[in-house]
Amino acid sequence: MTAETAGTTAAALPRRAGYRRIPWTLIVFLVMATVPWLGSRYDTFLAAQITIDALFAVSLNLLLGTTGLISFGHVAYFGVGAYVCGILMKTYGVPFILAFPAAGLGAALFALISGYFCVRLIKLYFAMLTLAFSQIAWAIAYKWNAVTGGDQGLPEIPYPHLDWMLSIPGCADLSIGARFYLLSLVLVAISLAVIHRIIRSPFGRVLTTIRDNPERAAFLGVNVRLYQLASFVVAGGFAGLAGALYGLFSRGVFADYVFWSKSAEVIIMAILGGVGYFWGPSVGAAALVWLNQAITDYTQYWSFVLGAILLVLLFGFPGGIVGGIDLLWQRVKRFRRA
Amino acid sequence: MLEVSGLSKSFGGFRAVSGVSITVETRQIAAVIGPNGAGKSTLFNLITGHLRPDSGSVRLDGRDITGAPPHRICRMGIGRSFQRTNIFPQLTVFENLQAAFLVHHRRGRNFWLRSEELYRDDTAALLASIGLAGEEATVAGTLSYGNQKQLELGLALASDPAVLLLDEPTAGMSATETHETIRLLERIAAERALTLLFTEHDMEVVFSIAQKIAVLHQGHIIAEGTPAEVRNDPEVRRVYLGHGLTHA
Repeated sequence: MTAETAGTTAAALPRRAGYRRIPWTLIVFLVMATVPWLGSRYDTFLAAQITIDALFAVSLNLLLGTTGLISFGHVAYFGVGAYVCGILMKTYGVPFILAFPAAGLGAALFALISGYFCVRLIKLYFAMLTLAFSQIAWAIAYKWNAVTGGDQGLPEIPYPHLDWMLSIPGCADLSIGARFYLLSLVLVAISLAVIHRIIRSPFGRVLTTIRDNPERAAFLGVNVRLYQLASFVVAGGFAGLAGALYGLFSRGVFADYVFWSKSAEVIIMAILGGVGYFWGPSVGAAALVWLNQAITDYTQYWSFVLGAILLVLLFGFPGGIVGGIDLLWQRVKRFRRA
Repeated sequence: MLEVSGLSKSFGGFRAVSGVSITVETRQIAAVIGPNGAGKSTLFNLITGHLRPDSGSVRLDGRDITGAPPHRICRMGIGRSFQRTNIFPQLTVFENLQAAFLVHHRRGRNFWLRSEELYRDDTAALLASIGLAGEEATVAGTLSYGNQKQLELGLALASDPAVLLLDEPTAGMSATETHETIRLLERIAAERALTLLFTEHDMEVVFSIAQKIAVLHQGHIIAEGTPAEVRNDPEVRRVYLGHGLTHA
């Protein structure tokens, strides 16, 4: 096989044949897993934030990059997950092992109800309706004192029982925060693997046909709205799982988590990293968290710098960071061949 | 057998299609012709469920399919290609057709199988049949116009339709491409025992393959019959005066 045919086929067909690359996924996971030992407490804090945001952003990208739906209200499902998990654990003393999946199911249920209405509209109207639902969720979180704690939120949510991890060799000295980070890392890794599998499944392929051309998809026999709703529910469910982890990670759930600006933030993460790539949103999450703390060390005009970076990126590399790397890699390969 | 009877559709007082009736027998190749704005595309959209008729009915093998949504009509055995090329531009050629097979075999609800393993042979066979073998890995949006039209035909065929509706299958094609497309259509219609209903501007194309022609003018059918009958119809000659129909 010549270099040229290898280049073209790798893009589409035999993803399996000759696809022997460096196992980046495993390397990144292992590097992330060593942070509590090799890094400072603050590094662990940042790593946890990146991990959780990565799941949130990848769940959004199931809509944005795979189904072609622009949701301005994805934070609603993140928030529902955070509240469901927080309320169950703090108010009712439900163990994490039940509260965590319940958060995903609760968020998926809310996505089913709101999505039922949203998928009836298209494009901008769809986006505005998702925003409306997220504002409703925010209003409930902010005002329903008896359940959500209102503007006081739900502080001091207990950590899950993670003492069992201390008996694992090498883990005896880990703080509860570090142990929770490791648990989150494993749960996020599993979630990402499941999402990856879903995107590669026949269901995922149908979603990409809807993204590319909903009219044509309908005339292949696809019930477009039903599939859009299914995608919305799956994305909402995983956002809920991310929210549950986030509430525990920050030791409390507050109405801020459901505020619409966080929906914008997760869209920025996805676009920054590249919506056309599975790992794009995760890279975007890492970049945004890192940039945020790196830039705020130097200047208070963090949003100005972020805006400037986005501007350059959108014009220079519409495929995001991962798209840019991909482009660069293609150029290097072509240069080597020439 | 496709039976359209008394189909009407108005847009804000404008009667785009008015009491149209056409019957296409099984395995027949039929054409709907007419000047721009005669209502051809509207008629197709009514048959395929993209528009709901104000009145009238569409029957497929005796079964009333009037007003069903497009995805249901497709499942009942009506395939369609569109006037403006309608493919999945960001997917590869292979993925385009494979997706069509996945949907046809109702695998879309499977969240867990690896889609790239499925229907590889069916996809490869169909690609060869529509003359796109070797283009598997090409991103569909980068194909030439003629090839995109071929791919679109493939998308329609993947759902194994009994009736195929083609909206100007050779629009925008060069003479060579048109010729190839016609031969392809004839071969595929014969191989698959298809009932074919198409619209077309190119009269040469129409008269070379259609067994039955209906002429649509201002939303009405003004003539219907064999190519010879239609060619000699005085009303048709009047509408098409100077459009080269008599030379075809």
